[in-house]
Amino acid sequence: MRYIDEYRDPEGARRLADLVARVVTRPWTIMEVCGGQTHAIVRFGIDELLPGGLTLVHGPGCPVCVTPLEIIDRAIEIAERRGVTLCSFGDMLRVPGSGKDLLRVKSEGGDVRIVYSPMDALRIAEANPSREVVFFAVGFETTAPANGMAVYQAARRGVKNFSILSAHVRVPPAMEAILSSEGNRVNGFLAAGHVCAVMGYEEYEPLAAKYRVPVVVTGFEPLDLLQGVLQCATQLEEGRADVENPYSRVVRREGNREARRIMGEVFRVIDRKWRGIGMIPQSGLGLAEAYEAFDAEARFGVGAVSVEESGECISGLILRGLKKPVDCPAFGSRCTPERPLGATMVSGEGACAAYYKYRRHEVRHG
Amino acid sequence: MCLAVPGRIESVEAGGDPMSRTGKVSFGGILKDVNLAYVPEAGVGDYVIVHVGFALNKVDEEEAKEVFQYLREMELADEAEPGGGTG
Ligand code: SF4
Repeated sequence: MRYIDEYRDPEGARRLADLVARVVTRPWTIMEVCGGQTHAIVRFGIDELLPGGLTLVHGPGCPVCVTPLEIIDRAIEIAERRGVTLCSFGDMLRVPGSGKDLLRVKSEGGDVRIVYSPMDALRIAEANPSREVVFFAVGFETTAPANGMAVYQAARRGVKNFSILSAHVRVPPAMEAILSSEGNRVNGFLAAGHVCAVMGYEEYEPLAAKYRVPVVVTGFEPLDLLQGVLQCATQLEEGRADVENPYSRVVRREGNREARRIMGEVFRVIDRKWRGIGMIPQSGLGLAEAYEAFDAEARFGVGAVSVEESGECISGLILRGLKKPVDCPAFGSRCTPERPLGATMVSGEGACAAYYKYRRHEVRHG
Repeated sequence: MCLAVPGRIESVEAGGDPMSRTGKVSFGGILKDVNLAYVPEAGVGDYVIVHVGFALNKVDEEEAKEVFQYLREMELADEAEPGGGTG
């Protein structure tokens, strides 16, 4: 397909990988922020094309993975109420809460539905005025404009039986949390291309300057990823720490103005807890005051539900780039996608799940 | 979850409110209804990046050649520089 196939050309990928090998003279650690990129890197074996000194570590960029257990439990509690229809994207349904997952609620008779777009959830609300329709809104800045639009339209159209359970997170504060954490190994970032499609890349400039790290806005195909790595490594070798944008076919400096306008209207920046990492100031989006009536947590009174995580899982270290999935003793044995113990095994975009899917554990042990 | 894919706008629904602008987008022949509110400049024949039913941005045709131009430049630089191609 156009704008996909040409960026998967193996010959171009080999040439870019050669260029990386020529540029790199010292060991560097580069983090790709987005789980979609992690998935593509492992799937296409991009990391295996790179010279030994260059390490790619996987970042916190999977919204499903970083949604705290207690928010999953709140969604489950809401979904079990009579008269409620809970809608979400498919991958949220399989995430285990502390007792069960949303699929289980569905099999027990709860009205839990998978939607492709938040607008579908709004349509369900309009078609079923006697039911309370709740949309479980997870995602980064990529998804916030869509979820924001659903709330914006609900307010415009006076849809009273619609609300959202918001677990929205923002990427730049998480990058800063990683850079300022003890033992940080990350020398440079591949910024998440589709987050930047919405937000642009101005907000990375203070980060790059303050921590002296290059940030390269990167897409999701093999050539995009290799070009991102090449530009990041070149900057590191030259001692530069700039923000660069080779994903310019999709990303503009200022992002998408209209999308940012709706996000700014519907949401406000709040502190948020990340699964595996903990509280990060200013890293979430909650509903703005004018839209608080659409807050499912308040409507259903579930804001106080709180739980603790399993102690064995090291996904917090993986999400900060300090460990790889194969370093976890539970990986592939006690923890699998069917029975996940932790955040990064849960979603297909989590690093542990990507390693498991592409059989990296067999390569390592056999 | 953050997956966003390029598709071609096949038709645009005529309608009043620009915030509800929608159209049909083809992903390798599979048509989907997509909200076009965030890409007011995009029309039939344009490629857009679509995520959870919303077009996030128009794909810029000129900029799309960037990586290929970059590779060509590196090659030319290699040829110009004696011994540069051995690395
Ligand atoms: S393999 Fe499972 S237990 Fe280990 S870090 Fe990954 S998610 Fe956590």
